[in-house]
Amino acid sequence: MAELTLVQAVNAALARAMQEDARVLVLGEDVGRDGGVFRATDGLIARFGGDRVLDTPLAELGIVGLSVGLAAQGMRPVAEIQFSGFIYPTLDQMVNHASRLRTRTRGRLTCPMVLRAPNGGGIHAPEHHSESVEAMFAGIPGLRVVIPSSPAKAYGLLLAAIRDPDPVVFLEPTRAYRAVKEKVEDDGRALPLDRSFVLREGSDLTIVAWGGMVRDALASADALAAEGVAAEVIDLATLKPLDRATILKSVARTGRCLILQEAALTGGFGAEVAACLAGEGLTSLLAPVERVAGYDTVMPLPRLEHHYLPGSPRILAAAHRVLEYR
Amino acid sequence: MASGAKDEAGPGGAGRATEPGGWSAAFPQLRFLAPGGIMADAAPAGARHGERLIALHRAMTLTRCFDTKAIALQRTGRLGTYASSLGQEAVAVGVASAMRPEDVLLPSFREHGAQLWRGVASYELFLYWGGDERGSDFAGPRQDFPVSIPVASHAPHSAGVALAFKLRGEKRAAVCILGDGATSKGDFYEAINFAGIWRLPALFVIANNQWAISVPRAAQTAAQTLAQKAVAAGIAAEQVDGNDVISVADATERALARARAGEGPTLIEAVTYRLSDHTTADDASRYRDDAEVSRHWAEEPLLRLRQYLAAQGLWSSDQEEALLAQCTAEIAAAADRYLATSPEPPEAMFDHLHAALPPSLAAQRDAALAEARNLQENPGRIDG
Repeated sequence: MAELTLVQAVNAALARAMQEDARVLVLGEDVGRDGGVFRATDGLIARFGGDRVLDTPLAELGIVGLSVGLAAQGMRPVAEIQFSGFIYPTLDQMVNHASRLRTRTRGRLTCPMVLRAPNGGGIHAPEHHSESVEAMFAGIPGLRVVIPSSPAKAYGLLLAAIRDPDPVVFLEPTRAYRAVKEKVEDDGRALPLDRSFVLREGSDLTIVAWGGMVRDALASADALAAEGVAAEVIDLATLKPLDRATILKSVARTGRCLILQEAALTGGFGAEVAACLAGEGLTSLLAPVERVAGYDTVMPLPRLEHHYLPGSPRILAAAHRVLEYR
Repeated sequence: MASGAKDEAGPGGAGRATEPGGWSAAFPQLRFLAPGGIMADAAPAGARHGERLIALHRAMTLTRCFDTKAIALQRTGRLGTYASSLGQEAVAVGVASAMRPEDVLLPSFREHGAQLWRGVASYELFLYWGGDERGSDFAGPRQDFPVSIPVASHAPHSAGVALAFKLRGEKRAAVCILGDGATSKGDFYEAINFAGIWRLPALFVIANNQWAISVPRAAQTAAQTLAQKAVAAGIAAEQVDGNDVISVADATERALARARAGEGPTLIEAVTYRLSDHTTADDASRYRDDAEVSRHWAEEPLLRLRQYLAAQGLWSSDQEEALLAQCTAEIAAAADRYLATSPEPPEAMFDHLHAALPPSLAAQRDAALAEARNLQENPGRIDG
């Protein structure tokens, strides 16, 4: 079993999916000989050829529009957008076509495509490279939004996303790309979509996180354990459709919930989790739900980035407020 | 100009042109059948094939009958907002007539004639424009795309469909029809650019009807023709008289033959005219002179073909009357069937969203059903 980084796990999943299904194509800017700007598609063109690994012109809207056409014809395109800040031109295609082709035609035409992109900051990248865009896509009916938190999750969830008969937005946490290595068995086994994962059990506090914030959640849980607090950590993995049952079940035991999100606070996906608890978990709650999030500011350039990203001081302070509320 | 009114000239200065851009000598301009039913000597042999011409005439007549009925239904509150294709029938019918069944059509929202030719039922078109998704679940051309309402957004799909054909080695073509306004959007340019670099079996037909709602062709782009936009993408292009169904079909046939031979994509600018309002929700008299519309009636596509057929002794006024009666009856029957079709049950909103309903949506589906049942049992009552 190989020790892989998250980006290597993405690469392994792409290769596995292409090997097992000739309909799977990878397309995007610089995904061919260059292997992608993060090297997620490294080596694929040598192995599968230029008819299955397509270097496209620089046209994000077109890449996704092309994918819709390919998918409607029964192909399985996996489109890469280089950086999250360049994903906005694809929204028209994702909202107006990818997400609703099945609905519009009553199942006659479908759109089994994956839109892959890095998501979030933390790697001192230039402007427009560090945005967190998950809530934007999670608000679109007909789309699945999946965010892996680790190499193994990336491998299993990406395989599931590619095999899914409907469009999936697969957002890879930029700062987790090379942060850790993990044993990943390249056995072609997918992880389930539409399900969240309890990564650590605990009875005092539920910490809900996704993507790059999951490692912060686990680190915070470690710090809290040293104080004698048992925190449960839930990795949402699939944001849309949301696995409400796993959140509600956990908070029914802990009574206290902290939500971590890298994106700006207002209108972020954490609000949906909080609303779920307010609507269906109110009687379980022993304390107000807290969200630790990015500020409602423009994502700063690298010199201020560490002030923006919610780190352990903010997380632990919020955890203590939630734990101490009586 | 009324006192206090603002200068409407815009940044381009006074004299905003409202007349269409000229016919450019830079592109082959194809016109075999001129107004008055005059056939050019250069017309291809197929252009004089009586049976084929009658089939084209029938299809354009059926399209116009559909149009008339759709507008009548809308005006009497029995159809939603509808985009008429009056005056543009030759573009839609001409293009579709040159396609093969295994090709894929990606229409904009004014190509009823192409859809009908391809085997979409007029009943299905009524359903769609009447607000029912089942109208896009075509029983006939199963792989054709539904109409694209967001302008030009279907152009990149055509490149994707054509790429799938090419990768699988299939001798099929993707045919995208879009309007003059669509050529101002990046989607259009990205699509023809993709098609060019990969030499895709794709055809882009610009139905240049001179108006994008209220914006005339000359205010859409300073380019002398829309066909010339293909030059930047390095693909073949030509301009045809879009009111001459024979030219449209001929140019399409040649483009599709090239596509199937692996010779790459083509852009056809079919110059036509929108005789109708933009849609039934529009009032073109707010921005367009009646005199301009009247002038263009003399060039409309149905009359010239009928005149030619009559002059050749291929078509009589009795045959014309019989055709009109037949088309009217066919469309009326389709409309009756549409009007007699009950809406889908509310769960249809959920049941086609994903291949399988995610568990998290089950509660919303149940709620929609409960609300529908409640409304049925207690009509007129609004409660929880």
